[in-house]
Amino acid sequence: MKLLTCPLNGQRNITEFTYGGEYHPMPDHQQATSREWAEHVFFHDNSAGVVIEWWCHSASSYWFLAERNTISDQILRTFPADEIFRERIDFNPTPADQGERK
Amino acid sequence: MPFGLLKYGLSSEYPGEHHFNPTTELKKHYDVVIIGAGGHGTGIAYHLAKYHGITNVAVLEKNYLGSGNTARNTAVIRSNYLTEEGVTFYRESVKLWQDLSNEFNYNVMMESRGQLTLAHSDAAIRSFRWRAEVNQHMGVRSELIDRQQIAEMVPNLNMSEDSRFPIMGGLWHADGATARHDAVAWGYAKGACERGVELHQLTEVQDIEVTSGRVTAVKTNRGRIECGCVVQAVAGASSVVAKMAGIPLPIHSYPLQAMVTQPYKPILTPHVSSPHLHVYTHQTSRGEFVIGGGSDPYPLYNTRATLDQRESLTAAALELFPFFAQARMLRQWAGTTDMTPDYSPIMGLSPVENYYLDAGWGTWGFKATPICGKTMAELVATKKVPDIIKPFELERFYKYQQINEAGATAASH
Repeated sequence: MKLLTCPLNGQRNITEFTYGGEYHPMPDHQQATSREWAEHVFFHDNSAGVVIEWWCHSASSYWFLAERNTISDQILRTFPADEIFRERIDFNPTPADQGERK
Repeated sequence: MPFGLLKYGLSSEYPGEHHFNPTTELKKHYDVVIIGAGGHGTGIAYHLAKYHGITNVAVLEKNYLGSGNTARNTAVIRSNYLTEEGVTFYRESVKLWQDLSNEFNYNVMMESRGQLTLAHSDAAIRSFRWRAEVNQHMGVRSELIDRQQIAEMVPNLNMSEDSRFPIMGGLWHADGATARHDAVAWGYAKGACERGVELHQLTEVQDIEVTSGRVTAVKTNRGRIECGCVVQAVAGASSVVAKMAGIPLPIHSYPLQAMVTQPYKPILTPHVSSPHLHVYTHQTSRGEFVIGGGSDPYPLYNTRATLDQRESLTAAALELFPFFAQARMLRQWAGTTDMTPDYSPIMGLSPVENYYLDAGWGTWGFKATPICGKTMAELVATKKVPDIIKPFELERFYKYQQINEAGATAASH
């Protein structure tokens, strides 16, 4: 049994968790081109080595981040998302959205 | 002939046939450098040499010939996919498979024993009907069959209505087949080497030099080589190698695990697959049951075997074939699958002008080997993308034109 330490629930069997993809900063939603969105959504670093990625504790729906080595399969560190996300992000409508509404 | 064989058997010297060129020093320049000597890489080299007269080719392999997913896949050949692009592509591949042993005069032990995919729900029956219609329309032998036909075809299958997921019907694909996977790489490599291609094993690509949008050279642990163009065919390591050329890919590398039982007398003819139970099995020509294919739940560059996968594969296999309860497992292994978001490969041009991609082969790479060798060689030789692989270009992700191949084995649907 492989264990993963959830920042909220402590050490649990890894089968209780769902892998949620690589952590990538989101592109500027007002400026990003459709090409940049495609890269953000579909493309992955898929690095062989230490990566930062999203995980979710399925039973409690708690999302957090983990540092994991993708060669040795060692989980080096897990931490709550507020280490990275410290400010509220407002999704202001783009000029194009406002145009549609009129 | 029997005397010749007897003499050979008693001889202390075995005049073994040398299939491949002995390792030589790397040349300074090759017209084509192929990274990865699996079925795909050697297939491309073979087609370049035989059909396009391009022989100044080096196939570089980090490990030994056919040591990656060519040796780790479960050797399933089929063309009963769902998308028009997918069916067209794999249909041509199956045609090439059927004549492959003659093509390079090397026995790949091709056996067309058919494939049976099981439905355990109404939704699966509906999707199989859809698949059968698409397949038949495109000239692939594929049909929906009922419980009675299944019971006659596979007498050992657990047809009980009291099981957790009773079998409701199946998709019968008479073109389904299996072949000896190692022999595919050996046959292609032999044919390529006979025509002047150089196979360099234990030669790891460490860096790729790109100048103003063109590849100029490849750095290896055995020295630097200049090249006219590069083809990468490295399956699980696709992202890592493409990154050296500065090309991002929409790929995640997941281990896929499989295992094999002790040998039995021949008791199972077709390949039997259950997408619902996430298991498939067939009996090899030497009697072992190959049981696959469990994808790990998160990406990893590691081919270790886990108890979790053994448990889930075994539980599913037991539900289909209760006699497996007595079976001993001989081996369990993994291969690193390069999964794309739409379960279709990435073939053809890349943002680097003379750098060609043969990637994103996930769980469908082995069956595509011959068509891939043929079409990628054509692309390298003519610089024109063959129509049959055009839909699989990397650019499709930027155009939001993915090919959602829901007929792929590992497709989570």
